Amino acid sequence: MTSGIVSQLFQSALAVLAAPLLIGWVNMCRAWLQNRSAPSLLQPYRALHKLFHKDAAISRNTSWIFRFNPYVQFGCMWLAAGIVPVLATDLPLAPAADVVALVGVFAVARVFAALAAMDTGTAFGGLGARREMFIGALAEPAMLIVFFNLSLIAQSTSLNTIVETLAHGNFLIRPSFAFAGVAFYMVALAENARVPVDNPTTHLELTMIHEAMILEYSARHLALIEWAVAVKLVAYSALGIALFVPWGIAEAGNTAALPLALLALAGKLFVGGAVLATLETVLAKLRLFRAPEFVATAFLLAMLGVLLNLVLQR
Amino acid sequence: MQFLPMRLLPIDIAGLAVLFWLALGLLGLLASARPAFINRMLFPLSAAGSLVLAATGIAAMDDAATVMILPLGLPDLPFHLRLDALSGFFLFLLGAAGVGVSLYSAGYFRDTAGPTLGLLCLEYHVFIASMAVVMLADDAYLFMVAWETMALSSYFLVTTEHDQPQIRHAGFLYLLIAHVGAVAILLAFGVLQGGHGDYSFAALRAAHLTPGWASAAFVLALVGFGAKAGILPVHVWLPEAHPAAPSPVSALMSGVMLKTAIYGFVRVVFDLVHQLQWQWGVVVLIVATLTTLFGVLFALMQHDLKRLLAYHSVENIGIILIGLGLALIYAGSNHPVLAALAMIAGLYHTLNHAVFKGLLFLGAGSILHATGERDLGEMGGLARSMPYTAFFFLVGALSISALPPLNGFVSEWLTFQAALLSPALANGILRSLIPFAAAALALAGALTGMCFVKVYGVAFLGAPRSAHGLHAHDAGFWEKLGMGWLAALCVALGLAPVWLVERLEYVTERMVGARLGAQALKGGWLWLAPVAAERASYSPVIFLLVIAAVVTLTFLAVRRIYHGRLRLADPWDCGFPLLDARMQDTPAGFSQPIRHIFAPVYEMERHLPAATDPDPYFSLEIRDRFWRWLYRPVAAAAEFSARQVGRLQQGRIAVYLLYSFVTLLFVLLFVR
Repeated sequence: MTSGIVSQLFQSALAVLAAPLLIGWVNMCRAWLQNRSAPSLLQPYRALHKLFHKDAAISRNTSWIFRFNPYVQFGCMWLAAGIVPVLATDLPLAPAADVVALVGVFAVARVFAALAAMDTGTAFGGLGARREMFIGALAEPAMLIVFFNLSLIAQSTSLNTIVETLAHGNFLIRPSFAFAGVAFYMVALAENARVPVDNPTTHLELTMIHEAMILEYSARHLALIEWAVAVKLVAYSALGIALFVPWGIAEAGNTAALPLALLALAGKLFVGGAVLATLETVLAKLRLFRAPEFVATAFLLAMLGVLLNLVLQR
Repeated sequence: MQFLPMRLLPIDIAGLAVLFWLALGLLGLLASARPAFINRMLFPLSAAGSLVLAATGIAAMDDAATVMILPLGLPDLPFHLRLDALSGFFLFLLGAAGVGVSLYSAGYFRDTAGPTLGLLCLEYHVFIASMAVVMLADDAYLFMVAWETMALSSYFLVTTEHDQPQIRHAGFLYLLIAHVGAVAILLAFGVLQGGHGDYSFAALRAAHLTPGWASAAFVLALVGFGAKAGILPVHVWLPEAHPAAPSPVSALMSGVMLKTAIYGFVRVVFDLVHQLQWQWGVVVLIVATLTTLFGVLFALMQHDLKRLLAYHSVENIGIILIGLGLALIYAGSNHPVLAALAMIAGLYHTLNHAVFKGLLFLGAGSILHATGERDLGEMGGLARSMPYTAFFFLVGALSISALPPLNGFVSEWLTFQAALLSPALANGILRSLIPFAAAALALAGALTGMCFVKVYGVAFLGAPRSAHGLHAHDAGFWEKLGMGWLAALCVALGLAPVWLVERLEYVTERMVGARLGAQALKGGWLWLAPVAAERASYSPVIFLLVIAAVVTLTFLAVRRIYHGRLRLADPWDCGFPLLDARMQDTPAGFSQPIRHIFAPVYEMERHLPAATDPDPYFSLEIRDRFWRWLYRPVAAAAEFSARQVGRLQQGRIAVYLLYSFVTLLFVLLFVR
């Protein structure tokens, strides 16, 4: 139990504090791939620090939701990053929310982000909210089906049990597992507003999805949202790592394995960030109405995975 | 002789509550000249009656069933009443929702004229009393009497503003479909009694039916109760009748009356027919899945707030029936423990829907009262002029969107858990069918979230789109109290699911013969673990505490390390200087992407202006395909056959004499 609490605190703190580092690493790789000289790895921290120092300006139209939203974003993403068993499988908070509730956490964040965008009363805010909700409305079920697939394998929707089963089980080649993995990666790209669904570095308002929602934010509110975006990327990466490449994770009660687990995690994130940057460089952003096809493909792959699982089971 | 029983049984209290309501109704009619008395006295008293009924219902769930025979009714069939766990649960639902709606009514009807209000008070109380009797009835005769009273009183409530032709039209449609359903229910009881002529539920339960007749009873019950609940394709009355009724009545109809149909379905199929076959579950599951998706896709296209909520009722009835369909499949395949879980999911959602949909309709009523608008496109920025309504509506909107830690999430979570147990089934096709229902449910949940972002964002946030929004007033004291009660229930049912699930086990024990498994709910009230802790667990309290702690910590840390300086400015909007309220997203615009991807579902009529139009306009009308597929042909066929029969009517005495002569010949031919 004590080791669980240690792992829990350690992981929660690490996820939040190291999140901008992952963004910095992805940006660095992308700059290299695009033949630019890369900004420092610590650049995201400097940007956040600068934003926190500024005075916030908010629109007269807004209600409390607009000011509350950055904290909701940050809180939800922190919770999500805290309950994914990525360092150890005995996190005491993990039973409070299983995979379905985890999807619920992301949904809460999305709904508040969209409400805050509509709260500004501007044309771009509504545009962003509409797009975010409709991509999200298709991505969320796809994500759930991916999780259903894994919970059919592990016979559980609890994150700890799923990760333990997948990490322990003498690894069989399961076709459904491959389908789920591909679908998960596609949904994760869509949910994190990355290329090919959205472009986090865009400056064209008319093509924006996530960025259009936060145009009216400034200073500490913007800093919290940007930070939450980083934590969200960490949470999704952690989820992908925990579910599909869980090797090296510290098992219950084994605090001594934590440093090794941390090293394994850092290595995986290192590779994952480079892969993400490569994808963002070689792929182009899809037209908005091609994005549903992308997400629907993920949905169908996940569904095929579930059916394969049920058909091949006996 | 003892006039008062020493100890009041739960059923006595429930019966007294019904009588109390009827008395309040009559008093309201007599006090037509004094509307203030009706508003300030009768409706709050009615809420007290509801509270007593809710407490009685929940207390009766873990007791043995109590019965009562009234010296009323037919000579050889007196009225039987019975209060068991299932009735207790639905009485709790009626009472809990009734408290909120009655409190709200005390304020809402303050501007209604006396005579209208007196009549409305009578109809209102007859309506809730008849719903309670439906849940208590223990013979088919009393059940049908109460059922019809409920249909008629709600018809008169729907047509309160009967001077408007479209409201009369909506009322007629409602009455028509209600009676098609009632005929099917009547036939279901006829099949169930199996020729014995005894219509008490005890006799119906004991009658042994062949599988064929049992299936016939099931189909009739599904059609009959489905017509009241609003399953596909007999859903068309909901989007017409709900907007027509005054808002508290819409809240009761959508929140509670649809649930009497769920009650009837469970009572007849699980209790009275009880030789469950898994094939029935497949039928229910398919119908429910289609209903769910249809409801939410059409809800997204609405811009009339109450119509939108009505389509969401269609969707939520689908979600409830997904749970019950799974329960039928599991029970029919000899997995009673799994059936218990699926049934608990369905019933939990039944209660949740009553609470949050009641709340949302009341919120819509407050907006209507304050702005005179039901059209979302004319609202905007109401959160500033009506902060309380905005807050309560937000709770309802987050609940219906199935977001943790509120109540809608719990029941959807339980339904997913039930669906994920499908590998236990031996039949491969069934195993693969259930994930589709789960996928549809996931999609519907996400689309509901989108729909309520639209509703809330367009109505309450941003800048006012018309002058109404600027001068809107917030709800009054009683209205806030009513909405606050329902919002508190949304939170409570979301945070303490174990409390209710434990009680619902008494229902499943009776209906499918099992409770949840031995490993379930071992962790105490904090942990909802419907199968076993390793399999799945959810703790809304811890969830909420962690999020609240993290949010507070972040807030304080930012203030402490940096600062909290803030200034108000005009919206930036990327430097565009001429921003006005009409540039915000419209309800139709917000759901346009969905209309684009799911285009085949809708029957659309669009007028797009050409570049050269001197007077350009854009119009879009979205229709329900079932009118063309089902209702218009049926109506045309009915009119055609009526015209054919009408030819007999010649108006000439010679022709009528000829008819008599031919009939006589015919009869003679047979008699010989």
